[in-house]
Amino acid sequence: MSPGIRSSAAAVATRAVNTAVRRVGRGSGTVAGGRVGLRLDPSLLEHLGAGRRTLLVTGTNGKTTTTRLLVAALEPACGGPGSVATNATGSNMPAGHVAALATGRRDATAVLEVDEGYLAEALVALDPVVSVLLNLSRDQLDRTSEVRMLSGRWRSALGAAEHTWVVANADDPLVVWAAGEASRVRWVAAGLGWRADAVGCPACEGRITFEEGGGDGWVCRCGFSRPVVDVSVERDGAGTWAVWRDGRRARVALGIPGKFNASNAVMAAEAAGITGVDAGAALRAMGELESVGGRFSIKDVKGVPTRLLLAKNPAGWHELLELVGDDTGSVVVAINARLADGRDPSWLWDVDFERLGGRHVVATGERCLDLAVRLRYAQVPHLTVRQPEAAVAIAGQHGGRVDFIGNYTAFAELLGRS
Amino acid sequence: MSLVVVVVYPELLGTYGDGGNGVVLWRRARWRGIRSELLMASSDQPLPDGDVYCLGGGEDGPQVQAAAALRSDGRLQGAADEGAVVLAVCAGYQIIGTSFPGADGEQHPGVGLLDVATVKGQGPRAVGEVLAGPFDPGLPFLTGFENHSGVTTVGPGASPLAAVQVGSGNGVGPGHLTEGAVSGRVMGTYLHGPVLARNPALADLLLDWGLKGAAERRGQELPTPLAVLDDAEEEALRAERLASGSPGRRRSRRRHRTAPAGDDLRGVP
Repeated sequence: MSPGIRSSAAAVATRAVNTAVRRVGRGSGTVAGGRVGLRLDPSLLEHLGAGRRTLLVTGTNGKTTTTRLLVAALEPACGGPGSVATNATGSNMPAGHVAALATGRRDATAVLEVDEGYLAEALVALDPVVSVLLNLSRDQLDRTSEVRMLSGRWRSALGAAEHTWVVANADDPLVVWAAGEASRVRWVAAGLGWRADAVGCPACEGRITFEEGGGDGWVCRCGFSRPVVDVSVERDGAGTWAVWRDGRRARVALGIPGKFNASNAVMAAEAAGITGVDAGAALRAMGELESVGGRFSIKDVKGVPTRLLLAKNPAGWHELLELVGDDTGSVVVAINARLADGRDPSWLWDVDFERLGGRHVVATGERCLDLAVRLRYAQVPHLTVRQPEAAVAIAGQHGGRVDFIGNYTAFAELLGRS
Repeated sequence: MSLVVVVVYPELLGTYGDGGNGVVLWRRARWRGIRSELLMASSDQPLPDGDVYCLGGGEDGPQVQAAAALRSDGRLQGAADEGAVVLAVCAGYQIIGTSFPGADGEQHPGVGLLDVATVKGQGPRAVGEVLAGPFDPGLPFLTGFENHSGVTTVGPGASPLAAVQVGSGNGVGPGHLTEGAVSGRVMGTYLHGPVLARNPALADLLLDWGLKGAAERRGQELPTPLAVLDDAEEEALRAERLASGSPGRRRSRRRHRTAPAGDDLRGVP
């Protein structure tokens, strides 16, 4: 069989398996077909990526949302809704990439979220025009690599990928290190709320000092420091703005909440800009989006209006506590520790749950007892209710909207049931 | 009575939530009406005076940095010599020993507070729940989560802390795995969780040592026994963890079963 025919057959098999999986109701149908396709043709991803424009998004937090924002930004120029190939379900390893590219037009622009551990493979297979690097921090340490190691791997992979533009967060030293050998970089001041993983210098193992008093600078004594940024995110009385070094400005008015999402949108606008889409138009298109895979959406759970939020590691929690910090309503925190969540919930002790003091808090999920102990030592009064919907119902007794913050499988389960 | 708890270099040794050990000690002292202070000690400053020092896990590079900083600072050794308590977890446990492996594959000198030596294991990384029975008859089962690739040998100057029922722990000794080590008031363990949140009896043992040490150094009267706290939430968590980690239910998690020849099993009853 010639390579072309083998790939076509593998792509057909990928689609067939995924359709079958969806028909029998055994999942969203992305990974199984991709695996079959890759078994039939190990270089399937390379074949499916050839002859199309591909943009990659990676980082510890914000991958799915930024990918969705970037798709929204590119769709108007690509032929409207559905014209961009993407792994919308968040299957971000090679099988998920294969599944995303096996459907739709062979030359459709692709925006793919990539697991942090698979960036090198994706760069080689897909030769992307843009790679967006959001941030790097501790996440699921029982099954993934330590972040310093990941940063080093990204650095070598991007150094060898001469065609890609890198859109990188200038506020995260591990991302700056990772982009350090790339040939073309656009630096975005996307912010870094959680700095606990950023203090050790990746260049010399010295110590990075962050500017005090609201400044954004950071520097190590070895000279490794924050690069000059190309675009930053600014806030004033009139709203949030993307501001470029050459003086251009564009309004950031999103339908999804949070400072971190404004930063994600500006990263996406910069990536879209490299493909020729006007950044202002890109940001306007992104403003239409109101939820991403259920995140930020408000659902009725047993009669209680519930805002669904996902936070799966300390950095993600840091951002979400900023977001919900000023509210007064009840909060349900749901923690599981399955394979996809990481089996070790010790990271709960890296989260400032103290900030939930004064709220009605309900601990739920399969590891609600770990969370309850953490809340006890944070001196946050709470109830512990193992079943998530029951937890929401109890939290809802105080009236008003409930914020449900779950880690990965806890969030997905409530979303699937409601 | 008062107690100063120092979390040592959280920016280098804080990867697995182990800063929680300091929080647990500090809260459990205050809940009993004992004046207590919690200090976060940064590696670019001299280590402050304290009664209990907590060291946590860390990545390979920062682990080497932390060991170098502690050796040149010298205050941790000084405090331990004067009877202060040291609880060191994972990477922290390795660096308070005599030598440990760095990311470069080289052995690095440790701080030398505890007679243990660590080398890189040959098998897969030890990741998973641990259940271990302490040799101190006053302590109940220890529960925690380990994530490391070290094999630690306990020398004659220290005793193993517990016998492993589930997991790897120190990863030495065929059929007789041990976990952690202790010598005087210096204790090392591979258990995250954090270990003191999952094992409040261990927290209270360290608290008791810390108060005794503080009283000795300040020439004060020895403290009265610690008041009993309502640990219902900790006990519920322990019951769940002990049940989920019981040998009958666990999957194949034991690693490093093959010990290098000549490994010592001192301290194992």
